[in-house]
Amino acid sequence: MLTILFDGIAYGMLLFVLASGLSVTLGLMNFVNLAHGSFAMAGGYVTVVTVNRLGIPFFASLPIAFLVSAIIGFLFERTLYVHVYQKSHLDQVLFTIGLVFMSVAAVDYVMGSSQVFVQVPDSLHGKFDVFGIGVGRYRLLIIVICGLLTVALQFILSYTRFGSRLRAAVDDGRVASGLGINVNRIFAVTFAFGSGLAGLGGALGVEILGLDPTFPLKFMIYFLIVVTVGGTSSITGPFLASLLLGIGDVAGKYYVPSLGAFVIYTIMIVILIWRPQGLFARASAR
Amino acid sequence: MIASRSNILSATDWLAARARWHPLEFVFWIAAFAAIYLFPDRHLILTEIAWLGLFALSLDLILGYAGIISLGHAAFFGFGAYTAALLAKYEIINEPVMAMLIAGVAAMVLGFVTSFLVLRGSDLTRLMVTLGVALVLRELANRYGWLTGGADGLQGVTIQPLFGTFRFDMFGHTGYTYCLTVLFVLFLIARRLVNSPFGLSLLSVKGNPLRASAIGISVDARLVAIYTLAAGYAGIAGALLAQTTAFASLEMFSFDRSADLLLVLIIGGAGYLYGGLIGAIIFKFMQDYLSALTPQYWPFWIGLVLVAIVLVGRDRISSWTAPIRRIAAQMNWRTLRSRQIAAPTEDL
Repeated sequence: MLTILFDGIAYGMLLFVLASGLSVTLGLMNFVNLAHGSFAMAGGYVTVVTVNRLGIPFFASLPIAFLVSAIIGFLFERTLYVHVYQKSHLDQVLFTIGLVFMSVAAVDYVMGSSQVFVQVPDSLHGKFDVFGIGVGRYRLLIIVICGLLTVALQFILSYTRFGSRLRAAVDDGRVASGLGINVNRIFAVTFAFGSGLAGLGGALGVEILGLDPTFPLKFMIYFLIVVTVGGTSSITGPFLASLLLGIGDVAGKYYVPSLGAFVIYTIMIVILIWRPQGLFARASAR
Repeated sequence: MIASRSNILSATDWLAARARWHPLEFVFWIAAFAAIYLFPDRHLILTEIAWLGLFALSLDLILGYAGIISLGHAAFFGFGAYTAALLAKYEIINEPVMAMLIAGVAAMVLGFVTSFLVLRGSDLTRLMVTLGVALVLRELANRYGWLTGGADGLQGVTIQPLFGTFRFDMFGHTGYTYCLTVLFVLFLIARRLVNSPFGLSLLSVKGNPLRASAIGISVDARLVAIYTLAAGYAGIAGALLAQTTAFASLEMFSFDRSADLLLVLIIGGAGYLYGGLIGAIIFKFMQDYLSALTPQYWPFWIGLVLVAIVLVGRDRISSWTAPIRRIAAQMNWRTLRSRQIAAPTEDL
């Protein structure tokens, strides 16, 4: 029971790191980015390549995954995404679906279509018992890393100058730019950082979620659930939503495996009908 | 008094002129039916174009006329396909036309029930909900494997001959004639519908729901109605696919299918009914050509086309076809003038 809770928390935290960038892009530019998973996939494959082929230690490969995904995200944002912000939601959906399809096929071409694995150091294998709870070492690592990241994100958003600018831009972009805040630059930085986080999440997730070229399609709905259920106005909303989703998914697969993902999708639809603005969104000013 | 009367007349004239058949439309349908005799060796791909065109037409009804973005339109397609295939497999209804109609009605019921889910919320919520419905149905079809065949698909379906005489052959001769006829009939209904006051009210809802309700249009009822109808069209398209291939699979519910469908409609252009049909023709031949080059990486080209269309801009692409449309408009005008109908703008 508690083991399931533990696994669920690890899964949820991983989802949060994967999806947090998306919640900012959605909240900041009202931009529907279905291709967010592609950046996560990029990070995952970077880890696989650096660890398995180049022999770089697993821990050293994580920052590389973050950096590479962030750079890819930055380049894409500057060259392609900027042209699409002002377009309709339909155009944004078409554009990002197009990117997803291209990334899926391109990775398939370069890396092959089969699932890939990463060689995790031996020290991360296995479990140990704490008061009767089976604690997987790798999952513990994920909880530690993602927990630290969450605290850091919360700190940056709440206490730094950049964070307050970002919050101002999310709350009302026009007024923020009227106050002299360069919303576009904030957005570029945030997009790159969010892509980097997704890449890091993808790298950490290779062991748990599995990685193959269809990754962006498979997990797109999960990211969207986190963002829409959690709302886009804070970081705690998506965080709680990812924990709920993670625990719910793991528990659902354990207790009622025959229902599969059915439970998650149904709950999502119910929540969206009940609270279209998200479960944890505060009353919107707009 | 007289002036207002002539205004009413010109408004009805305008509606009638809007609904009048354009010469190119005759050309289109005559060419489509002539293909039955002209290209007997291409009937398989033409069949695919016919049901894909119908499927895209159904998306056009909700996207182009009501402005609802759906990422899960495959839900109704798959539902109709499974209904038709199951009816045939368990020999509940042997007549394909009857089974097709029942599949359409079943999809309409599903569309009616789920239409209340898309009434609320923003574009993003709608995307999620439509996508979620398709995923739930896929999970259900996977779960009840004893009925649907699960991941292997529904095999062993035998479709009885059409009207008891025309057998579905492996070259698609019967299939094409059948699909094209269904497409044509449903197209006539859709065309009548969108040119009616109901269709115009849909356009106003798409333009601005708030103002539409302010002038007395019950927005929710219109959206439910068109969503239900579009679901029925999609269900029939799925039934046509299931009947012409005697197969139904989980892939029919997949996200890829909904995304491809968006591309089909966008290629042809949304909001004038022919967009889906023209898009289906271009899409299928493009698929035929490109997947012959690189079968495995076909999604890459879909993605590239999508990205290119958005970056170039859909308005700009439609302006490239402006010369063609200008010629078409002239043809229309000439026929209008020959029948001596005054343009309604004179009164305004």
